[in-house]
Amino acid sequence: MLEVRGLVKRFGGFTAVNNVSFKVDQGEILGLIGPNGSGKSTIFNMLSGTLTPTAGSIVFAGTEIAGLAPHRIINRGIGRTFQIPRPFRRLTMFENVALAGYYGQGRHSRAKAEEAAERALAMVGLSTDRHANVDGLGAAGLKKLELAKALATGPKLLLADESLGGLDEAEMDQAADMLRKIRDDLGITIIWVEHIMGVLMRVVDRVMVLDHGEKISEGLPSAVASDVRVIEVYLGTDAETTQAAAAEARRRAGG
Amino acid sequence: MTRQAHLAAWAVGLAALVMLPFVYRDPYHLHILVLILIWSFAYTSWSMMGRFGLVSLGHGGFMGIGAYVTALLWNHLGLSPWVGIPVSMVAAGALALIVGYPCFRFRITGHYFVLVTLALSGIVLQVITATRDWTGGSLGYTPNRATGNKLWALQFDDKTTWYLVALAVWVVGLVVWHWIDRSMSRYALEAISEDEDAAAAAGVDVTAEKLKITLISALMTALAGAIYCQYQMFITPDTVSGIAVSLQMVFAAIVGGLFVSLGPTVGAIITILLAESLRIGFGTRAVGWDNLVYGVLLVLFIIFLPKGILGSLLERLKPQRKPSPSS
Repeated sequence: MLEVRGLVKRFGGFTAVNNVSFKVDQGEILGLIGPNGSGKSTIFNMLSGTLTPTAGSIVFAGTEIAGLAPHRIINRGIGRTFQIPRPFRRLTMFENVALAGYYGQGRHSRAKAEEAAERALAMVGLSTDRHANVDGLGAAGLKKLELAKALATGPKLLLADESLGGLDEAEMDQAADMLRKIRDDLGITIIWVEHIMGVLMRVVDRVMVLDHGEKISEGLPSAVASDVRVIEVYLGTDAETTQAAAAEARRRAGG
Repeated sequence: MTRQAHLAAWAVGLAALVMLPFVYRDPYHLHILVLILIWSFAYTSWSMMGRFGLVSLGHGGFMGIGAYVTALLWNHLGLSPWVGIPVSMVAAGALALIVGYPCFRFRITGHYFVLVTLALSGIVLQVITATRDWTGGSLGYTPNRATGNKLWALQFDDKTTWYLVALAVWVVGLVVWHWIDRSMSRYALEAISEDEDAAAAAGVDVTAEKLKITLISALMTALAGAIYCQYQMFITPDTVSGIAVSLQMVFAAIVGGLFVSLGPTVGAIITILLAESLRIGFGTRAVGWDNLVYGVLLVLFIIFLPKGILGSLLERLKPQRKPSPSS
């Protein structure tokens, strides 16, 4: 349903994303991982229209969407969450989601938007009380609200940006199960960007690994996890330095 | 209050206001009331944008266009204000779109937006002053007295008629305010005022929504200018355009309360009573004092009472409703 070909983004002389191509099939959950600054968020921002690609094409449901304005892309069926939740504090929780339900789905009717808001809030497990304030929500609640806003726009493809940052382990598992439930129950295809590899690997169908703006590996979670290049750039560097430091410390203690 | 009780309260209040000039005929007091109503409408028009963080200092420009275009068309082409006013509103609306579109398209927000609109105010004032052969420049301008049908010329001699006209216009302003307040556009504009990217990610066409509210605000402000001109039958660049008028709108709206429908009206009552009492109490010695007082009060209000007088009062009366976390 989504086909990205030769995607490039340069900021001045810096190439944030370099010639990345991938496909996402209907009903799939694709994990997108990579160290900080590897270009994950830049790809997301291009898919959702926040950034215009320097080159390359993004074909969604048969039409080219690269460079379209964000609101047009949302209305074609690509919803997104932000890495750091961005609630509208001047609106109630319900209004936050109803807004997305209205503007994200072609501004049909207020009643439909409110229905969509109720469904989305119920789906993520938030209160559908019309007067509940955003201020009462903690980190987990804000993430849920972020997800509810994206769901209310009626996406066929959901871009979930590092949705687990700042959560404890139980909340992480819950959130991961939530994404799977969204796929299973609503049939929404998902691209999930995440730092925390463990939880992600449990849920996704396929993983794509980025480093320095380039795709270095792609495949089943088990295959990718044992890919030497992935271990090197994503998991390895830290492990190596830690091991080296530990070895150094042992040598000193011994000598 | 339930919705019915709310509507009933508005209806009773409105009926009382309509009947007022028939039982109370003091012309000076009616004059003050007409001024309050016209300026309330202008301030309400400004707050359409202001309440969503779109602080415009260009509204003096829109008001000036409304007043001058209407008067010029009448004097030079003999065009009735019934035609001239819509033309002047379209002119102000067009200017609003011309200035607004690039601002919104290229994300000129906050202080930078204020500066662009400030320039707009200044430019309109300069144009009026510079084309003095047509507009009378800083000496002011007077629409020709109607020789025929007064209604066609929108010129009335009695205060009662003017009071009712001003009241009608003021009510239109409040209706539009409530209409927007209850529309989905309010959600979108509140969202935009907080975070444009997040609003766009919810599917909002940020540029279009901002242009819409700017257009509505400019059209209404031009109407206020035209009505003011028809009532006073004398306008100068300084009383209907320029930065001073724009600042006066900001001041009144903030003092009264930006986020409640009657806030700008409360602001108009305060500013006009202040200006009048200074004028009567100190005469020509107090010329410009009101602006000084405005300035000091504005600073105090922004620091201590950012929701304005009416906004803060209403909030205190409704303790069960959690305060909206506005700045």
